[in-house]
Amino acid sequence: MTDSKYFTTTKKGEIFELKAELNSDKKEKKKEAVKKVIASMTVGKDVSALFPDVVNCMQTDNLELKKLVYLYLMNYAKSQPDMAIMAVNTFVKDCEDPNPLIRALAVRTMGCIRVDKITEYLCEPLRKCLKDEDPYVRKTAAVCVAKLHDINAQLVEDQGFLDTLKDLISDSNPMVVANAVAALSEIAESHPSSNLLDLNPQSINKLLTALNECTEWGQIFILDCLANYMPKDDREAQSICERVTPRLSHANSAVVLSAVKVLMKFMEMLSKDLDYYGTLLKKLAPPLVTLLSAEPELQYVALRNINLIVQKRPEILKHEMKVFFVKYNDPIYVKLEKLDIMIRLASQANIAQVLAELKEYATEVDVDFVRKAVRAIGRCAIKVEQSAERCVSTLLDLIQTKVNYVVQEAIVVIKDIFRKYPNKYESVIATLCENLDSLDEPEARAAMIWIVGEYAERIDNADELLESFLEGFHDESTQVQLQLLTAIVKLFLKKPTETQELVQQVLSLATQDSDNPDLRDRGYIYWRLLSTDPVAAKEVVLAEKPLISEETDLIEPTLLDELICYIGTLASVYHKPPSAFVEGGRGVVHKSLPPRTASSESAESPETAPTGAPPGEQPDVIPAQGDLLGDLLNLDLGPPVSGPPLATSSVQMGAVDLLGGGLDSLMGDEPEGIGGTNFVAPPTAAVPANLGAPIGSGLSDLFDLTSGVGTLSGSYVAPKAVWLPAMKAKGLEISGTFTRQVGSISMDLQLTNKALQVMTDFAIQFNRNSFGLAPAAPLQVHAPLSPNQTVEISLPLSTVGSVMKMEPLNNLQVAVKNNIDVFYFSTLYPLHILFVEDGKMDRQMFLATWKDIPNENEAQFQIRDCPLNAEAASSKLQSSNIFTVAKRNVEGQDMLYQSLKLTNGIWVLAELRIQPGNPSCTLSLKCRAPEVSQHVYQAYETILKN
Amino acid sequence: MIGGLFIYNHKGEVLISRVYRDDIGSRQAADSAVFSSSGPFPGEWLEARNAVDAFRVNVIHARQQVRSPVTNIARTSFFHVKRSNIWLAAVTKQNVNAAMVFEFLYKMCDVMAAYFGKISEENIKNNFVLIYELLDEILDFGYPQNSETGALKTFITQQGIKSQHQTKEEQSQITSQVTGQIGWRREGIKYRRNELFLDVLESVNLLMSPQGQVLSAHVSGRVVMKSYLSGMPECKFGMNDKIVIEKQGKGTADETSKSGKQSIAIDDCTFHQCVRLSKFDSERSISFIPPDGEFELMRYRTTKDIILPFRVIPLVREVGRTKLEVKVVIKSNFKPSLLAQKIEVRIPTPLNTSGVQVICMKGKAKYKASENAIVWKIKRMAGMKESQISAEIELLPTNDKKKWARPPISMNFEVPFAPSGLKVRYLKVFEPKLNYSDHDVIKWVRYIGRSGIYETRC
Repeated sequence: MTDSKYFTTTKKGEIFELKAELNSDKKEKKKEAVKKVIASMTVGKDVSALFPDVVNCMQTDNLELKKLVYLYLMNYAKSQPDMAIMAVNTFVKDCEDPNPLIRALAVRTMGCIRVDKITEYLCEPLRKCLKDEDPYVRKTAAVCVAKLHDINAQLVEDQGFLDTLKDLISDSNPMVVANAVAALSEIAESHPSSNLLDLNPQSINKLLTALNECTEWGQIFILDCLANYMPKDDREAQSICERVTPRLSHANSAVVLSAVKVLMKFMEMLSKDLDYYGTLLKKLAPPLVTLLSAEPELQYVALRNINLIVQKRPEILKHEMKVFFVKYNDPIYVKLEKLDIMIRLASQANIAQVLAELKEYATEVDVDFVRKAVRAIGRCAIKVEQSAERCVSTLLDLIQTKVNYVVQEAIVVIKDIFRKYPNKYESVIATLCENLDSLDEPEARAAMIWIVGEYAERIDNADELLESFLEGFHDESTQVQLQLLTAIVKLFLKKPTETQELVQQVLSLATQDSDNPDLRDRGYIYWRLLSTDPVAAKEVVLAEKPLISEETDLIEPTLLDELICYIGTLASVYHKPPSAFVEGGRGVVHKSLPPRTASSESAESPETAPTGAPPGEQPDVIPAQGDLLGDLLNLDLGPPVSGPPLATSSVQMGAVDLLGGGLDSLMGDEPEGIGGTNFVAPPTAAVPANLGAPIGSGLSDLFDLTSGVGTLSGSYVAPKAVWLPAMKAKGLEISGTFTRQVGSISMDLQLTNKALQVMTDFAIQFNRNSFGLAPAAPLQVHAPLSPNQTVEISLPLSTVGSVMKMEPLNNLQVAVKNNIDVFYFSTLYPLHILFVEDGKMDRQMFLATWKDIPNENEAQFQIRDCPLNAEAASSKLQSSNIFTVAKRNVEGQDMLYQSLKLTNGIWVLAELRIQPGNPSCTLSLKCRAPEVSQHVYQAYETILKN
Repeated sequence: MIGGLFIYNHKGEVLISRVYRDDIGSRQAADSAVFSSSGPFPGEWLEARNAVDAFRVNVIHARQQVRSPVTNIARTSFFHVKRSNIWLAAVTKQNVNAAMVFEFLYKMCDVMAAYFGKISEENIKNNFVLIYELLDEILDFGYPQNSETGALKTFITQQGIKSQHQTKEEQSQITSQVTGQIGWRREGIKYRRNELFLDVLESVNLLMSPQGQVLSAHVSGRVVMKSYLSGMPECKFGMNDKIVIEKQGKGTADETSKSGKQSIAIDDCTFHQCVRLSKFDSERSISFIPPDGEFELMRYRTTKDIILPFRVIPLVREVGRTKLEVKVVIKSNFKPSLLAQKIEVRIPTPLNTSGVQVICMKGKAKYKASENAIVWKIKRMAGMKESQISAEIELLPTNDKKKWARPPISMNFEVPFAPSGLKVRYLKVFEPKLNYSDHDVIKWVRYIGRSGIYETRC
């Protein structure tokens, strides 16, 4: 039998046919029909209309049919909560079924139906199932508690399910234990303070016993849970380690990685003098290497984790360099990760092999990979001093290939080598200068310019070279401009006589003709320095440069320690704490390694670099390129990586902030991403440099929004509010408001480009909404939006779009697209933009309608602090299309009877009672669609108060 | 945990979608499908659809090759694997165990393959009801549950079990198996003839420099067992593991001298979940109750004293800018009585090759323009022999500055021995309840060594 026929496209009227079939008497036909429904659901057709018919099929003893109906229920129950109740009885009955498979199925499915009303009915069956005699039912019920907790946490606590769940940890069946552990761990994550997973030596013992007996998945749950435990002393830590190590031989890589996590964490507590410590270290290496023979996707996860482990404990894998050699057929993501680890493991002992490999890689096809390989050669030179000479000659060989991106990458790294080993390899400058013309990437150009400026005294035609760059100054990217400015100032300080004209030229270009504040400010600083105190200028500009350290892009130690606690999870793959990519409260509990036991190694505080770099060198780390992503971004955004010597730290801090922000908006939106946290350089370190470099964030402040208040006549216009902050939209900030003027609605938008990149190709789209609002014209942004530019647009709206009831009613979901990405936001529109001009009802009609609408549809509101008299209020409201039909004075109170009509034809009748002298007034609304009343009231309030 | 699981065809159409958690596919995760009216669901902003579409647009339809098997789109993480034309994607918004998710996806593929064979669009569409049923069972609220095919097949069948047809005992037997300690085997299996097959399958990997220096070499091996045994047999597996032999050697000195040479050093091994790991850790003995039928008992890796079955000696000479001379010699390095099979040597050629002349002593060689390689095939070759191929490659002159990357010469073959030197010493079977003994079991052992990535740079 083939089921594919259900996927064939169907014609109109299909729903009716299905309906008939579902109600057929023949069981087979019924089942066929349900299958068709599920197939339609899968491909995204809306078959919710069949809800009652499908639910009717639920009463069956055919397990397969039952499962299909349940599947349907899980999908649509939320959209049809009232009808879902129809299913409750069957569920409750099924939970009593003699067949444990059916009991479990019922409790499992019920937990998946996220309808509040159903959860009430779920409690009793769930309580029974948690104590069921059959382990299959118990293990299903355990998970169901987590489901219920997700829907209604309070209910779970009130009903005492958490205690029952805790009891299940002592269950005789290992799978029940594993599921209970999984459920409790998840619930505990959302209650960081609670002591839910009350782990103590006894319960740990139970878990360790279950570990030997349960399924591979269960072992993962248990190991992940164990990793959260804090042993009370080193002996307990050791005994747990001993019982966990056998898991390293499991065929399932996730079991292995979770075991590694437990061991890495508890190892912190073991003294390094212990024999066991050494044994454990030895035991860790083989399974980590074995992970590399898994499928590529798992290799990738393993490599990302090994990258962390190598930073934390380099000794584990120091002899395993060869397994990280890149294979020709490795997927690119595996290649890049292996390369990263190779550099980390490079040492004097294996450098020859590593270099030979890297040279091979530099001739590969994938551009990113080749670039990274070239960069790696440079890093080897910086890391292993003995190899520097060989690295430089390899790089020169590569430059000879004339492959454009190889040459550029080589020049960038040679610049760093110069800095690391001053006065050693400058002889190659001549070769570099030959390639000046082929450099077209900003980073390479900037590096070359830095070299020319730095060694101006040795390069005879330095002034000519720099002058040649100056011709196209305005077309260069910022980092090149900054670099050129600094280089020429250096040149001037070294050879003042013949370069005066040049320096004048560049200073005026930077300060007068440029609108880049970074550049302008640096230009002014130099200018003032040079004009007031040339000696001081020399001290500042030609100052001794801080040494650069070999370890670039090390993960900052506290973050590293946190990530070690997340081995195997997504956090370890992204190299970001969970808070950076998980929404809400879940999983943001900050984890940390247990404190190191005081032993012979007390000197190694966690603050020092794990590789044992001497303390104090940390702040000098050159800002790393981050991971590959950083590298790629780097090329686009072009932060001045090779800043002028003194300004280095702060310029880069600023630049890096931007980079970090960019990275984050790719991955999430927390401001503290890897980009930001990677860097150790304290911003206050170089005070003079701070002057020279306005920090990136300051830049955006200058262009902060000036929220314009609508002054147009017509209905009230709220001031523009920020709808989409730049942080969430890769630098695009959108603020806006809604207006209604002479019968047409429009959305007034203000788009600001806070990124460093020009934005083009704007488009806008609305989701279906309660009143069918839709753009009446495409979003017209005529010119590309350049950085820091703001544009104001008025987008006409129509109300003929498709309609879907939203929650809240006036919610509007908007998608905006530009050349960078698509962004989503939602906003609430004030209802009064929907009040039409012909909303005045005649008196008779008003009276009749008011009587006609049932009293339960009447809603009463208080509008406070509104000291207006009846006339003022009436005219104010009238301009927003709320019309006064009649006015009466009853017992000193002014009664205004008003009417308004919405774009979709709904009439709203109002009675506004104003008491002179009393700042509050009372509003009674009557409408056939009472759900709008709340929003009409809000509209009244806004109009009257503004 | 896993928030949802989707299966797509190569066009990005959804074949299977199962959402376990509400959090996936929130508004933020929507995508530019909203803007393209060509998408199958224009304007559909239903919650789960967003995650579905985001993946299609950002991964399946992406122009670039996959840069990471985990993709984060608007705070939603997509884990994806591809099997032929089919994409499987697991979606989550939490900090899940990434290794577990991938292991689960592989397992999912295995389970599907065990039920209906090859994973193809056709097969998935034909079995979508079954797949939904499986997904309901093996993943609960995103937590992987028992996914052993042996157990699943007892109660998830394509026919559909009618509950009233099962006896109470049958039902509780199913549930205890699914949740029990030995979830991979059911009780009451009977065979008239107790028989087992052991296959030692090795893949030998090599990366050699043009000068014949071994840059890296390792064997990754698998012991695959097919068991047709009655009852709940307790098995014990022994091989020439150096550590075990040395341990035993302490007692009987003469045995060490005999078997000591033949023992091998295993770098690392992993076992099927039926093997008692704590026992292996403490005694290094491999004991287990096997699943019925075929399963992978263990995987291992060795790097020391590997017998490299073939040696490739390349010689590439550039004659001017338009000609390349290639000579490759292969030497077989094993007992002359053994025969290697399915030998294939692949010699890459530059992209601007215009013509190739090949002469080979043995087998057949052909230039395959579409693969940019000369493929040399030899059906059989005995040990301690050598053979040679020479080729002249004519090149079109190009102004491409970029040098040809010279990919390594790769080789494929199959040999009837284990290049790691692994030997099965015993596999003992005990079944205390039934009256058959170890001697009554018919056992078969076979060794196959295959090339993994066997490359020589040139």
